[in-house]
Amino acid sequence: MQTATLNTNKAFDVHFVRKDFPILNREVKGHRLIYFDNAATSQKPQSVIDALVHYYTQYNANVHRGIHSLAEEATAAFEATRDAVKHFINAAAREEIIYTRGTTESINLVAYSWGRQHLAQGDEVIVSGMEHHSDIVPWQIVCEEKGAQLKVIPVNEQGELELEEYRKLLSSRTKLVAVNHVSNALGTVNPIQEIIQLAHAQGALVLIDGAQSAMHLDVDVQALDCDFLAFSAHKMLGPTGMGILYGKKHLLESMPVFMGGGEMIKEVTFEKTTYNELPYKFEAGTPNIADAIAFKPAIEYINTIGKENIRKQEDLLLQHATQRLKEIEGLRIIGDNDHKVSVVSFVIDGVHPQDVGILLDNKGIAVRTGHHCVEPLMQRFCIPGTIRASFAFYNTVEEIDLMVEALQKAVKILR
Amino acid sequence: MAALENNRRMTETQSIEQIEAEIVDEFSLFENWDDKYEYIIDLGKKLPPLAEEHKKDENKVKGCQSTVWLVADYKDGKIFYQADSDAIIVKGLISMLIRVLSGHTPDEILNAKMDFINKIGNDEPSGSNPFQWITGHGKTNEELCFGI
Repeated sequence: MQTATLNTNKAFDVHFVRKDFPILNREVKGHRLIYFDNAATSQKPQSVIDALVHYYTQYNANVHRGIHSLAEEATAAFEATRDAVKHFINAAAREEIIYTRGTTESINLVAYSWGRQHLAQGDEVIVSGMEHHSDIVPWQIVCEEKGAQLKVIPVNEQGELELEEYRKLLSSRTKLVAVNHVSNALGTVNPIQEIIQLAHAQGALVLIDGAQSAMHLDVDVQALDCDFLAFSAHKMLGPTGMGILYGKKHLLESMPVFMGGGEMIKEVTFEKTTYNELPYKFEAGTPNIADAIAFKPAIEYINTIGKENIRKQEDLLLQHATQRLKEIEGLRIIGDNDHKVSVVSFVIDGVHPQDVGILLDNKGIAVRTGHHCVEPLMQRFCIPGTIRASFAFYNTVEEIDLMVEALQKAVKILR
Repeated sequence: MAALENNRRMTETQSIEQIEAEIVDEFSLFENWDDKYEYIIDLGKKLPPLAEEHKKDENKVKGCQSTVWLVADYKDGKIFYQADSDAIIVKGLISMLIRVLSGHTPDEILNAKMDFINKIGNDEPSGSNPFQWITGHGKTNEELCFGI
């Protein structure tokens, strides 16, 4: 099941790596696909696709309860991913790894379970001005229910968090801080270590939305000392519908269950139900077995390529794109700072992002246009949306040059 | 109002089906999508902008990424449309919608097949029709008709 690339110890070669991603060979509108929408979802290597097919063709069975061979094989593979995730983020225990549908569900789990238990009238939750809607709305819902207040760390003109303002927002009323590691719309890498330390000094917990950082940056939950970390498999080469909530064990143990059903129980009578141990008490119902299993080869792929190689290639792409895009007259990069990863977001004077997106698609180039599910951030910059190109290590400098060329043509026609 | 009168004159003698067929014919002249888009962008640039007074919330048809303003007037048993968008390709597409529908009776509009969108987009090799999302702005024939 392993691909050629995984079996070699060669130095990173993007053209070699690309062979592991079959979709990169397809054509769109008569052009070779250029996929620059990696912040929305990454493409999948053959090993991940093979794992899905292998599961369904060889050992499809429900996990945990069966005594037959297929159920045992499925359970072993399903649980092996939990160990791979534990190592990937350096969690202290496998019980701290909860399977969810994705980052959104992970955050909702904490908001509904921990938030409902711990938030009260007058308490405060701090989020940042560059959060994805999925790290705003769950907190708004629980704050409204509990009479707590949502506070927002402002974003400066360069698309960075204003840490001095953050310090001022923190108080004994702060119960939780929820921020992303990397902004999906701008690519800004936030100083989460400092954010966590400052929150802890006030006795507040911290949830990190790691959706955009998991594939690109080193994430060590013990070194960071974050209380919760949420991320999705599909943004890091894995399948959709599979996500992770990491939580410190003592926190997860004390939290009430989020969803009732099979798997999460120890014993059920009509009088009383007792709940299963971690991690299963948060995993009600038949889980997403196939996608959980296929997440493991995705993690293995990233480990084999190495995050250092990934960052090196993506930094090269980001620098090249930033430099080339500035050649376009009237183009303004939103979030023009020097601690970014793999995302470049921009607007062009006199041209609507949607028009640019359509014309680039006509050349086989996939970028994202719009508000990127961060409407408050767009309001901060007084723009309806941006054009966002987001890169992965399998993208090339040549692809960026083709995008810039297509952009120049598009702007000429549209103006 | 000049645009409205112009619309009416153009469509007085032609049925919706005839206008649709005319547009399909025009598009058959283009050999590739670059040319089709350039034509649509040109239509968008030519569509007279909607007066600012009409660009209010009640006339907004909110799409995912761009905004369309649609104003309909009912006169002598016929409906006349004016529209605008902040995105030029969408504006070009709505210009075609206006050309097809404006100046017709509510009955004619309700019964319009509107399959020219399929026909002009169907030579796409991947099988997807780039114009399908024009309907993503969510106006059904009924809404176009009774939203006046």
